[in-house]
Amino acid sequence: MRKRKKTHRFLQRVFTLHIPLLLILGFALAPYVWTFITSLTPEDDLYLSEFRYFPAHPTGTNYQRLFSRIDYGRNIQDSLIVAVCTMLLGLCITVPASYSFSRYRFIGRTVLLAQFLVINMFPVVLLLVPLFILMRVLGLMDTYLSLIIAYSTFTIPFSTWMLTGFFNAIPKELDEAAQIDGCNRFTTLLRVVLPVALPGISATGIYIFITAWNEFIYAAILTGSNIRTIPIALQNMIGEFKIAWGLLTAGGVVSAVPVIVLFFFIQRQLIHGMTAGAVKG
Amino acid sequence: MSQEYRKRVDLFPYFLLSPALIITLLVIFYPIIRTFTYSFMQYILWKPTEIKFIGLGNYLKILEDPVFWISVQNTFIWIVGVISLQLLLGFGTALLLNQKFFWRGIARSLVLIPWVTPSVITALMWRWMYDGNRGVINDLLVRAGILSSYFPWLANDKTALYAIILALMWQGFPFFAIMILAGLQAIPDTLYEAAEVDGASMVQKFTRITLPMLVPVLFTSLMLRIIWVANSLDIIYIMTGGGPGYATHTLPVYSYIRAYKGMDFGYASTIAVILTLLITLFVSIYVRKVLRTEDRGAV
Repeated sequence: MRKRKKTHRFLQRVFTLHIPLLLILGFALAPYVWTFITSLTPEDDLYLSEFRYFPAHPTGTNYQRLFSRIDYGRNIQDSLIVAVCTMLLGLCITVPASYSFSRYRFIGRTVLLAQFLVINMFPVVLLLVPLFILMRVLGLMDTYLSLIIAYSTFTIPFSTWMLTGFFNAIPKELDEAAQIDGCNRFTTLLRVVLPVALPGISATGIYIFITAWNEFIYAAILTGSNIRTIPIALQNMIGEFKIAWGLLTAGGVVSAVPVIVLFFFIQRQLIHGMTAGAVKG
Repeated sequence: MSQEYRKRVDLFPYFLLSPALIITLLVIFYPIIRTFTYSFMQYILWKPTEIKFIGLGNYLKILEDPVFWISVQNTFIWIVGVISLQLLLGFGTALLLNQKFFWRGIARSLVLIPWVTPSVITALMWRWMYDGNRGVINDLLVRAGILSSYFPWLANDKTALYAIILALMWQGFPFFAIMILAGLQAIPDTLYEAAEVDGASMVQKFTRITLPMLVPVLFTSLMLRIIWVANSLDIIYIMTGGGPGYATHTLPVYSYIRAYKGMDFGYASTIAVILTLLITLFVSIYVRKVLRTEDRGAV
């Protein structure tokens, strides 16, 4: 009798929990599975009359061609340079700023903090035209610097908020203790608070890296033949008439995998930062 | 602590802020002001001699521009469609993930994958799946007997917008799932235990405890998502480029196409300003709420 009740409960959970969740996960992962399979399919097989779910002869040709024929290595290099520089610039600027927001109460604090939130919500198209003109005037079109500057428009506000949250979570008594022990205000920040805040700072840095790595819109108008980041290279593979889907999906996989791996490293911190405000409110 | 620093004006916090403020002024505030001024100008890049101030000219022109009104309508359908689908699926996912089972940790991580997927990749993957010749979605629908032949989802002006809405639902539902899950976990168990003692049913517990307790989380996430979805541009642009015809023109897409393809900076700026004004309501509600929370959290 008791055993029957137990199997009944188990079956109930299979239908109300495990199966629905598996379906949702299937939906979440299916596009990746399909993209990955396509990337292993020889280009000619994609246009066979018979529809196959898995290629008869899976191959890595698309990945090889990606690097031999269209110089994807160069695109990765461009993306890396831009993303790393954006991250470093963003952190150097926003670490002191958010420390200031977290630890000091000064005239204009709320307004300044609010403006970082507000500008984060403005549409990209609001900044696009003037930044385009600015880069032309400064002669920065099609340079790494143009993208690094453009990406600061969204990384600085975002990162300031995220880091302020992380600093707020570090007790102020730590600063006070450091000052009693003879640290001045610089050394307090550098030697005492920064090491403690390192997990939060690296999570923010990785997040900046990811957003810069993924960015498309600014790159499309600010760069041309010199610099071509991955999203632009992928978009360029879409020809007018025939799209080389094998190549394109291989490029997509190569570009998305590092992002997903990095994301899993910072998942905990990022989610904590994201949800903290919403839940407490 | 604040007492101590109020005695004299302490410049140190301003010093720490100055790099961030200077950069923000140069690359954000200055451009925003320029966009506002361009919106009052005739400014077409390849007609440099005809750049001039025309007052409300662009705004008057826009009222009679059918493409603008199509874009407004599409923006509205886009927001309502994307947000409601993301919310529903995200809510369901959160309720499932809120239960205890052995593979919950893995499930929670995997469900986030769409959310971290770069927009360009999302757009390309879905474009490939919708493909009119080799799309797997067409194949599945034909096999299931729902369609008799392949259908060009993104090339048809009746279906293109909805096809993209589905793609953005895929990318964004994990956000709602995670936010709502955090909200669910913040509800104290004692509330449910008390309700059980009083003989409340499952439905009653959901409508009387879960939903009311989730209101703050739902509200904040909704505001944030409405703003984000209203502004989103890259997925639509890469999937259809705004077409076929004007079928997938939303306000950001229209502004971008005017600026990028037409080099009509004045008109593009006007559309951008109007879009910004439209989302200002949501931005102000959201910002006010977050600031209140921040104040409580920080002090």
